[in-house]
Amino acid sequence: MSTGNTDSTISMAPSEESNGKAKTDNLRLTMTAWIAIAILSFWLFVAVFAPLLAPHGEGEMVSMESFKVVEEASFLGTDYLGRDVLSRIIYGARMTLGLALIATLLSFSTGIVLGFVAAISKGWVDQALSRTVDAIMAFPSIMLALIIIGGVGTSLTVVVFTVAMIDATRVYRLSRALALDASVMDYVNVAEARGEGVMWIMLHEILPNTIVPLAAEFGIRYTFAILFISSLSFLGLGVQPPGADWGVMVKENLQGLLYGAPAALLPAFCITTVSVAVNLLVDWFLHRSSTMIPGELME
Amino acid sequence: MSDLLKVEDLWVEGRPPGGEYIPIVKGVSFSIKPGEVLALIGESGSGKSTISLATMGYARPGCRVSKGKILLKGEDVLELDLKGRRDLRGSRVAYVAQSAAAAFNPSMKINRQVTEAPVLHGLMDENAAVNHAVDLYQRLDLPNPDMIGRRYPHQVSGGQLQRLMAAMALSCTPDLLVLDEPTTALDVTTQIEVLKAFKDIIRRENTAAIYVTHDLAVVAQIADHIVVLYNGEVMEQGTTDQIINRPTHEYTKTLMSAVRKTPQGGASHSGDDEGISATPLLQVSDVTAAYGPVTILRNVDMVVEEKETVGVIGESGCGKSTMARVISGLLPPVAGDISLNGHSLPGAVKGRNREQLKRVQFVFQMADVALNPRQTIGKILGRPLAFYHDMDTAQRKDRVGELLELVELPKAFAKRYPGELSGGQKQRVNLARALAAEPDVILCDEVTSALDTVVAASIIKLLESLQERLGVSYVFISHDLSTVAVFADRIVVLYAGRVVEQGPTARVLSPPFHPYTKLLLSSVPELRQGWLEDVMETQEARSGIAQGVQMNAVGCPFVKRCPVSIDGVCETQIAPKRLSANGHVIFCHRQIDELLSEQEMAVGTAVG
Amino acid sequence: MTFAILRRLGLGLVTMWVVSLLVFASTEILPGDVAESVLGKDAPDEVVAAMRERLGLDRPPLVRYWDWLSGLMVGDLGVSLGSGREITELIDQRIWNTVRLASITAVIAVPLSVFLGLLAAMKAGTILDRSISIGTLCVISVPEFFMAALLVFVFAVQLRWLPALPILRPGQSFLSSLNSLALPIVTLTFAVMAHMTRMTRNAVINVLSSAYIEMALLKGVPNYRIILLHAFPNALSPIINVIALNLAYLIAGVVIVETAFSYPGLARLMVDAVSTRDIPLVQACGMIFCATYVLLNLLADILSILSNPRLRTSQ
Repeated sequence: MSTGNTDSTISMAPSEESNGKAKTDNLRLTMTAWIAIAILSFWLFVAVFAPLLAPHGEGEMVSMESFKVVEEASFLGTDYLGRDVLSRIIYGARMTLGLALIATLLSFSTGIVLGFVAAISKGWVDQALSRTVDAIMAFPSIMLALIIIGGVGTSLTVVVFTVAMIDATRVYRLSRALALDASVMDYVNVAEARGEGVMWIMLHEILPNTIVPLAAEFGIRYTFAILFISSLSFLGLGVQPPGADWGVMVKENLQGLLYGAPAALLPAFCITTVSVAVNLLVDWFLHRSSTMIPGELME
Repeated sequence: MSDLLKVEDLWVEGRPPGGEYIPIVKGVSFSIKPGEVLALIGESGSGKSTISLATMGYARPGCRVSKGKILLKGEDVLELDLKGRRDLRGSRVAYVAQSAAAAFNPSMKINRQVTEAPVLHGLMDENAAVNHAVDLYQRLDLPNPDMIGRRYPHQVSGGQLQRLMAAMALSCTPDLLVLDEPTTALDVTTQIEVLKAFKDIIRRENTAAIYVTHDLAVVAQIADHIVVLYNGEVMEQGTTDQIINRPTHEYTKTLMSAVRKTPQGGASHSGDDEGISATPLLQVSDVTAAYGPVTILRNVDMVVEEKETVGVIGESGCGKSTMARVISGLLPPVAGDISLNGHSLPGAVKGRNREQLKRVQFVFQMADVALNPRQTIGKILGRPLAFYHDMDTAQRKDRVGELLELVELPKAFAKRYPGELSGGQKQRVNLARALAAEPDVILCDEVTSALDTVVAASIIKLLESLQERLGVSYVFISHDLSTVAVFADRIVVLYAGRVVEQGPTARVLSPPFHPYTKLLLSSVPELRQGWLEDVMETQEARSGIAQGVQMNAVGCPFVKRCPVSIDGVCETQIAPKRLSANGHVIFCHRQIDELLSEQEMAVGTAVG
Repeated sequence: MTFAILRRLGLGLVTMWVVSLLVFASTEILPGDVAESVLGKDAPDEVVAAMRERLGLDRPPLVRYWDWLSGLMVGDLGVSLGSGREITELIDQRIWNTVRLASITAVIAVPLSVFLGLLAAMKAGTILDRSISIGTLCVISVPEFFMAALLVFVFAVQLRWLPALPILRPGQSFLSSLNSLALPIVTLTFAVMAHMTRMTRNAVINVLSSAYIEMALLKGVPNYRIILLHAFPNALSPIINVIALNLAYLIAGVVIVETAFSYPGLARLMVDAVSTRDIPLVQACGMIFCATYVLLNLLADILSILSNPRLRTSQ
């Protein structure tokens, strides 16, 4: 449940100076991390090979009966229109995960570039960018989306761009902060004194040090995009029927719940599994340091 | 007299995050009698802090005591339950942390924190505690003792906060004080007053103390006994006199020899009559530099010849680092000129060409942040080779090996990452990187300040040998007068952004001095007992009561602390340049002979 | 300090103004306009033009913005395109429903989260902490509409304990409306609590690992005193920030929950307005929500300033 202005790092674990091998330290994958990777790989597979895996077409009506497990449909039964739930879930994976990925990639490319530029140029460029970002962040995300969609109309492009814009602001802030931190490091001063150009410094000195927190952020933003897009679809403002998207599917089949048909729960559950998996991975990534609280305090 | 504290065969283990427990303190034993001061000395990682905390029954997160006894008046602290330990903390054993700024709660007024311990331990009620605190403030020489406690920590200066922390520790009149590097973070001139305050009060209350530090000269002033630690083990222990003057263990001897010598006039390095040549290698003329509206340097002149080391000294905030930034082009000067071999250099890096850039190289203080943790040593050293000399991959590989050899590191290090190197090794890589450009001048900004004494000494040795071999010049910036004295040919003394004195080392370090130089010299603790008392008797100490360093546009910046200032003149007029012997310059309103006669007298009494 | 507060207030006002600009501008960005969308794309030009005139859309944007803004400030929110009614009328009924939902949730969620977060922080590394961590992680991964649907399925359909669709009659007593409100409130509470708990935990851990806490331990101060008198005042500011940050979740959650439960609140009104492109209504509702958000953040910032002695006193 993360529509809204997320604090970009879920955990504020103090940064650890690694002694010993700096390169691949502490990459022991825990049990939870393995589970997470398994889940994500599964869905990735499904999304990529959707047309080959789905027994029926995306919008194909296989039966006249709603919410029933019939022969023509697969083991998950039919939805409110008589379409095969399993197939729609498979195609839905593609739509939901794919759209979210596009939005996240868009947001990252803009956010990182602008964030670095702002940090390095300082001055009015930084001011202009930061004020714009502040303005966008003055809105709760969902409000912003509602207002824009209300003004511009519902279309997938609008949804993806809106989500990308909202995410980009968070990525901007993080990148800018990371770049600013890095830019006061003496190794950047050394490069400057050598006569290196801005681009070189950004690519070779700053970027490698920001990969880790940015990678974690990617996970967080991706989850947010999934939840946000499917929430918008749930509200009827995102993917439009007859398209299959997990959010839309929940909306469509909501009535069925009242009759005891759990069809609406399935796509929502799928979203949850992806989200849990990504969050677990990010958590594992960031939480590799032990607690620094004095033991006595906890007795 | 029986022991107040007896540590018997103490073993402590520590666990890095995600790792296994390894011993960090191995079988340490020592004892302290009531009223005695025992110093635990060692470099970082020797376990001294861990031991001192253990005497309070405390271990930091990730550490635990595995074996041993700590007997406080016969009672084993390590056997006590939590309540027992709480009872003794603050009341019988009190702790003074290294950083007062971090140890004070920013949301609580000072008095409340100082009186907390005695009130909680039931020793006195609130009012009595406050009165006692004010009394302590007075004895610790704090300004405004009545009012100072009513402020918040951030409203008080560093040196004052450190003394307030001492007051907090003494509030319960403990039997044992644990002082953990209490003056390490302070300026040399501030350190003196704080040291004096500690020593006085320890003597007066007859408190025993454990003084943890890596600074031997400080220890000589305050300790009765010394325990020398290395890597968690005791190397040697004995009375201060014995350890300092007749050390027996190898490690102790190394430590003593690495400790800076007292700067005397006539240091081995500088020749006497070194004139300045017509076209020096590097010339800084009348440079003024600022960060936005704040001016940091004013009218600075400086000259560096070939194969020479110029030391730039001053305390924090005097602008010495800024000087390096200006010379390197990172901060273009607001006024003035910098020239190499007579040719003026553009102020900013952007304006300089590759040739100009390569001739001046910069080495930073904190090797940790001066090396990009995500680049291999090979890449770090290879870049300047590619950038300045257009070397290809094969050439670079060879040259990187040569450079590593030059700084006495194994060639195999090229594949390693900075995180795998020690502090000293990192600083060598830093140097190698500067050398990769084949510069004429290397700007060394506090390059040894963050290193342990022994390691720092080896770096200085390396610098000297490189100068011999390669003929490179150094601008050696430091706040540590003793290192500079041994290493530099000429010295520039900075105060509040202005040059107050400069010239050949021998000349600068013997009378006549600028009053500030004199203060600096007298603030450097000598490795002999009794130095502190001698200093206290002279005028220097009194003028050292730390005032903020003020950058003013008019008048002499030192006027508020100067014992020989002339009313009405020094405040308003910029000090004129006075010439002493060859190349020795002092900026003072007083005449050279006035300074000379007054100071020679004082030096006589001090040394006596 | 007064200066800092005044500055913050000023910033808040500027933000509000910028928000109003953006709210208004978002409806101007695109090809086609309100008139067209109301009448449909195939409507003949003259009809569209006439409609435009009637709605005042032929005036320059800045004039329209000013009209709208000045109307807002006196409480005239305009007319809904869909129903033709005064927007104020429409909102009036619904706004209190939403406020009720949001405030009851806040009253339950905030203390609970802060408590759980504190607990988790104080027992950091233990099983209790890990469970709370994993629990909250699972909850934040769950989309609100799933939570809503699941709760309806379990409690309304299978167990029949609570009604699935809230029926709120005006003048209803508080207690009887609780029955209807239960599921929406529970859903919303879960949504908000999870994030707030995690953030509180982190903020408190940060404080507990500070040097001054260690100093207090070394003075022999008992744990309860350390937590209450040493840690808490320093944690206050970060926790206030956490609460403010989570207001966004509250608003987002309200939108989903009202839609899922067909709750007659302001958020659902807005969603419907968006679907029907009832732009004046979208603008009005948007302004209300955003203004509330800005104000609450402003309040949080000011409280933060007040609770931080470094900002409270001058050097």
